Amino acid sequence: MEALNTEIPDAAAAGMRLPMAWLDTLWLQVTGTVCNIACRHCFISCGPKVKKHDLMTLEQCREALDAAKAEGVRSIWFTGGEPFLHPEILTLMDMALEVGPLGVLTNGMLIDDALAAEIGNRFRDAEYNLEIRVSLDGCTAEQNDRIRGRGVFAAATQGLANLAKHGVPALVAVSLVDDGAMDQALLVDLLKELGLERPRIKWIPPFRIGREENRGRGYEAWEMLSEDDIAHPETARRIQCGTSRTVTNNGVWPCPILINEPAYRLSDRLEGGLGPHRVDHKACYTCYAEGFSCAT
Amino acid sequence: MRDLNAEHRKVALFGGSYNNWKATEAVLADARKRGCDGIWFLGDVGGFGPHPNRAAEVLREAGIGLVQGNYDDSVGNSREDCACGYTDPRDNHFAQVSYDYTLANTHAHHREWLAAMPTSARIGIGGKTVHLCHGSPRQVNEFLWESTTPAGFIEHLCTANEADLIACTHTGIHWERRLADGRGVVNVGAVGRPANDGRRNVWYSVLELVDGRIRSEFVPVEYDWEAVVGEMRSERLPEEFVETLATGWWTTCLEILPARERVAGRF
Repeated sequence: MEALNTEIPDAAAAGMRLPMAWLDTLWLQVTGTVCNIACRHCFISCGPKVKKHDLMTLEQCREALDAAKAEGVRSIWFTGGEPFLHPEILTLMDMALEVGPLGVLTNGMLIDDALAAEIGNRFRDAEYNLEIRVSLDGCTAEQNDRIRGRGVFAAATQGLANLAKHGVPALVAVSLVDDGAMDQALLVDLLKELGLERPRIKWIPPFRIGREENRGRGYEAWEMLSEDDIAHPETARRIQCGTSRTVTNNGVWPCPILINEPAYRLSDRLEGGLGPHRVDHKACYTCYAEGFSCAT
Repeated sequence: MRDLNAEHRKVALFGGSYNNWKATEAVLADARKRGCDGIWFLGDVGGFGPHPNRAAEVLREAGIGLVQGNYDDSVGNSREDCACGYTDPRDNHFAQVSYDYTLANTHAHHREWLAAMPTSARIGIGGKTVHLCHGSPRQVNEFLWESTTPAGFIEHLCTANEADLIACTHTGIHWERRLADGRGVVNVGAVGRPANDGRRNVWYSVLELVDGRIRSEFVPVEYDWEAVVGEMRSERLPEEFVETLATGWWTTCLEILPARERVAGRF
């Protein structure tokens, strides 16, 4: 922690760069941009053949976990793409859970009964918390699948039911892409029917880049942080990149949202990517204005 | 960094009175009965209980050590919200109900006292140093839950703060984790509401040097929760808050709980 710069330099010198407060969260893009579906609102445009960022190796993950542990990291999150496409996902989960609490962002479609049982064992027995977060963008197949693809609702809800059967209280992530499209009461009823006794929901604001820029809208010109915003002493703690880093098979990035923006790439390895980083991308405005964190 | 605010032989630590003045009185009496030569409060005088001035008066009259919590900073400086650090709309709804009530009913001279509290303290027990804070040493509203506070992070915090032990509160559930070398974190829990375990008692912590190592003990304390429930209803505070004291299960501000801690409760 003390190796990091916790002082905010004067705004003129800092420009549009933000010094990290500390490394709280390590994101591992374990399957890169490789996904079994291609959602219409995906801000990093993932899909079955999208290999802008490919699967990470065990060695790459181990290296990042060791470096993060040395910095006093608090939590690890796996994302992609679809993390459960990784052929060694359970080994990766065990590696991460030795370091700290782990969250996995998934579409839930690949979580069959056997995999749910493996996840359940880890949820009960690991030293630290295991959070499984399943994306669902509608209470019906019609509502969900127009964004996430045909057949996704049935597979995702089966995954949620499998997790519930094995005692894993998955958290459901809902994208707020169309105002009023999701009825919270209906969603709670649905989750209870699936066996989730205490429905837990996280609401995700739209990041207007990638496919979402075409599906919804792009950012307006005024939707950007100002130098005053960045120079404010609380900003590094308020905006998630002030306390997190993302590692893919292709280097280190401030957050999981900007991994397709080469100008924001920080370094090859985590140790070299902990200095001040740019926060002048329009998507940075969503995190700042919404106080949003990809973590739960 | 070993500038100490106090040295103790045996010290009681508690946090989160949340306006529960009856529980606060009971914990203070229990700590004195156990022969503690120091008592420290780790912040959050206000919260979801009744009559905010009463908890403030109990704590001020006790003459104990104080550390400021996020609630104390917010009420003391008349901020917009409690800054508890919740992210879910349901958590924030109930947090705002209790905060608005507390702010509106806290006397100006208590607000001055809250605003002036120190944000951390360091005490000695034998040759060991204990860093006292509300959330974490680095952030007043950081939630240190048992399932999300890994050993590597604890080692980092202890080293960065030159402490053998870090004592905190904020989450409302007590726990401790020690490293092989004896350093660690003790979350002393809260006395304002039960620990979401189906028991109506509240908890505080006693630290004492035993065989060269700081031993911590979590102490359950019974109090007249029925009297507090009566006052809460008279004040027309939400029945959800009342239910928590009456059953020992949390009914609000649940979404912030990690999955592991969430499944341990009823709701």
